[in-house]
Amino acid sequence: MHDRGAGDEMFDYARTAVEAALAAGASYADARVVIRRNERLSAQNGELEAVDNGLEAGVGVRSLVGSSWGFAASSDLTDTAARRAGAEATATAKASALVPGTGLALADVPVVEDRYVTPHEEDPFDVALDEKVGVIVTATRTMHAVEGVAVASAHLAFWVTDKWFVSSQGHRIHQHLVESGCGMDATAIGERETQRRSYPQSFGHVETGGYEVVRRFDLPGHAQEVAEEAVQLLSAADCPAGELDLILESSQLALQIHESVGHAIELDRILGWEAAMAGTSFLDLDQLGTLRYGSELMNITADATIPGALATFGYDDEGTPAQRVPIVEEGIWVGVLSGRDSAHLAGLPPGGMVRADGFNRMPMVRMTNVGLLPGDSSLEQIVGDTKHGVLMATNRSWSIDDKRLNFQFGCEIGWEIVDGKRHRMVKNPTYTGITPRFWASLDRLAGADEWVPWGLPNCGKGQPMQIGHTGHPASPGRFRNVRVGVRG
Amino acid sequence: MTSDPKGLRTLEARADRVVDLVAGADAGADATIEANVTASRIRHGLTRFANSFIHQHVGEDTTRVALTVAVDGRTASATTTAVGDDDLAELVTTTIASAARQPVDPYWPGATPPASVTDRHHLDEATAAADPDVRATMVREFVAADPDLRAAGYLDTEAGWVAFASTAGQRVSGASTRATLDGIHQTDRSAGSAHQTSARLADLDAAAAGALAADRARRSASFTDLDPGVYEVVLGPEAVSTIIGFLAVYGFNAKAHLEGASFVQLGEAPFDPALTLLDDPEHPAAIGLPFDAEGTPRQRATFVDAGRTVALAHDRRTARRAGATSTGGALPGGAGFGAFPVNLRLPGGQTPADDLVREVERGLLVTEFNYVRVLDPKSQVATGLTRNGTFLIEDGEVVGAVGNLRFTQGFVAALAPGAILGVGDDERYASMEFGAGIVSCPSLRLAGWNFTGGARG
Repeated sequence: MHDRGAGDEMFDYARTAVEAALAAGASYADARVVIRRNERLSAQNGELEAVDNGLEAGVGVRSLVGSSWGFAASSDLTDTAARRAGAEATATAKASALVPGTGLALADVPVVEDRYVTPHEEDPFDVALDEKVGVIVTATRTMHAVEGVAVASAHLAFWVTDKWFVSSQGHRIHQHLVESGCGMDATAIGERETQRRSYPQSFGHVETGGYEVVRRFDLPGHAQEVAEEAVQLLSAADCPAGELDLILESSQLALQIHESVGHAIELDRILGWEAAMAGTSFLDLDQLGTLRYGSELMNITADATIPGALATFGYDDEGTPAQRVPIVEEGIWVGVLSGRDSAHLAGLPPGGMVRADGFNRMPMVRMTNVGLLPGDSSLEQIVGDTKHGVLMATNRSWSIDDKRLNFQFGCEIGWEIVDGKRHRMVKNPTYTGITPRFWASLDRLAGADEWVPWGLPNCGKGQPMQIGHTGHPASPGRFRNVRVGVRG
Repeated sequence: MTSDPKGLRTLEARADRVVDLVAGADAGADATIEANVTASRIRHGLTRFANSFIHQHVGEDTTRVALTVAVDGRTASATTTAVGDDDLAELVTTTIASAARQPVDPYWPGATPPASVTDRHHLDEATAAADPDVRATMVREFVAADPDLRAAGYLDTEAGWVAFASTAGQRVSGASTRATLDGIHQTDRSAGSAHQTSARLADLDAAAAGALAADRARRSASFTDLDPGVYEVVLGPEAVSTIIGFLAVYGFNAKAHLEGASFVQLGEAPFDPALTLLDDPEHPAAIGLPFDAEGTPRQRATFVDAGRTVALAHDRRTARRAGATSTGGALPGGAGFGAFPVNLRLPGGQTPADDLVREVERGLLVTEFNYVRVLDPKSQVATGLTRNGTFLIEDGEVVGAVGNLRFTQGFVAALAPGAILGVGDDERYASMEFGAGIVSCPSLRLAGWNFTGGARG
């Protein structure tokens, strides 16, 4: 297997691929050699379920000819394969001339030679396997011991990625990225329903950093409470239906941001490049700077520099430096997620938001840490100031239309709020809305003490499908008069 | 791109080599080591277009080895794209070392024993050899079907060669191809879609697909918003395939059933007698390999027989737990997920698809669904929206288009006894979220579908 840090050789492969692409007629080319190691451990009901390790290594080269990108990838890390991939990328781009469009150009970015390493304390691959297994076996054993829990699951996941990036403009960048995450859930099963509670959030939580992330979230220490809530939900009342005040805890608000803001502001979607698959956006570039996206409490940034957040890095996969980009300021839409080509086309500065899911995928616009800046309240103050509403926590289902306007979310658990107090636990809480109307109803936000840089490791986009790692910092917030309790 | 059998021989030799390395490994005195090994090569080419021009055009050629080992019943798995001799030796060493430190895996079914598979190869040489120019030429035909509209979508060709070997003596290999054209035409207010998938690129008719998508888009350009409510519906194959996919993931997956999270009660009849659902790798149009990720021959398995649930999809792990036999539904790295059938069929009926609307007094014709998610896997209540062509039916005629709608609907309830009013004769591969070439199904006429709001609010 390839040693991490075998840098010069990897830069050579990338340069060879770029030179071959240029020799074949590309106006611009770049290449990434990527070696990504991952580990996933899962346990169920006190038994280890799987230990999976993966190593993906190869070169991907991107070539620009006229109006189209060509991309070719090979898992063969040799000079010959790199040269062939470079030539193939350009030949593929040239074939696109059969169905041509307006020529693409790239927005300027600094040409740098640099190295970036994710700040981390403990390399997750240096931690003893027994210790990692012990965490999830103990957590699931504790959850499964609670009467009424049918299935208790837990997992740990780690990625260590080395990327060597070379462009025909002179970029030469090596990044060593470390990501660590964990999650668990307990499922209680009734006659005609299942109820689930998860921790720290649905599908697990991931950050940039080492094994210290797993230690901080302490799965075994939260297992009992998670399991008991899952069982309690079976006998809870159904969520009330109607237009009520809605309070979202921070991980659900993070997903709300992801779906109704993050995807909507992707410039490739706005330009129609993802129309057939993921869809487009209700946003029109003519409205940039004037459209009211939400209330004045709504301040959103796309910030790839937040320490520990999942989409924090040194450079994106086009060599553009990580940066903080304002997206919504006091409710007004002011920014997009972009790459060098889409930014040039739109006449905007490039945002450094283009990344690929491995060596064999073409880089595309991906969310960085798209998050909501905190307010000055607290969850308890918000609950105390609510006459009749529902507090919902932890996502269970999510759906939004292809313009990112009409959404419906389900959460794992809710509490009906009456006269400023948690009146009772409710199950099957759902809510639905229209994006700008919903965000316009935001009237309270908790402060920095409750602001969490939630990481989402499973964002699907593109063809072939790429799984992206995105971040969504948020604190709890309240939305007024939202339709809740939608049922089939 | 090559389909040279020597490529397959190379993969077979690589899988055997890993088995030999495992057999010769030292895992401690008296330790029993077992292994399943898969060596694969995937060549994939994809031509994406948007705003009526090709904007992304990609190709990949990836070789991979997947290894699962058990040391005295303690298991670990690993995959790698690094396949040199030293790489494979290290893969074996580190995976065995990892396994040896685990607790005993209670559901390890042992290395896959010998079982013959048919020599069905769903490999089409021309599809395997398709180059970017061939794909671009077909995209041009799709786009040219209506130059006044904006076209978007993709055309891809994929060829896979796979060899499997186990320490228990199983040796199987095979190759397959798939070609898919999936695209839309758009007006300023609407979109219409078309989808075609086959093992043979030559079966795709890009011009016809483009014309169908354009027709749907133009007929949707002028639409009215409909009040929410329960409507009779005619669902096109894409909408039906979405339902089938979720039934398979959450219902007929034996792991979900063992955990009590499935709606399936074997022997009961929750569905209309018009519904039969099966995994049919023997169908002449089937795509994919004749064996699964565990090297088990894929079996023809009927999950729903005339409305009655009769079987589940198993891999070897769930089969051991349930005292059943694997149906050949194992997925790569799927120990935590369970089994998924990849040749799902809802056989077509006798009614011409266009005639399904004729008996509808007032209802909706739905081309496809978008972004469907299940609220509760056991009740199979799901929410999603319509997309790419939703039409109002009155007195047996399509009278116009309606705006996209959100639904919240139980899938089992929608197919309950008495709920299926017609099965079309238009069975074909239909697009679905989990991939192309997995579900083959026709249009269905259903008695009721619960729309809970308009997409525009």
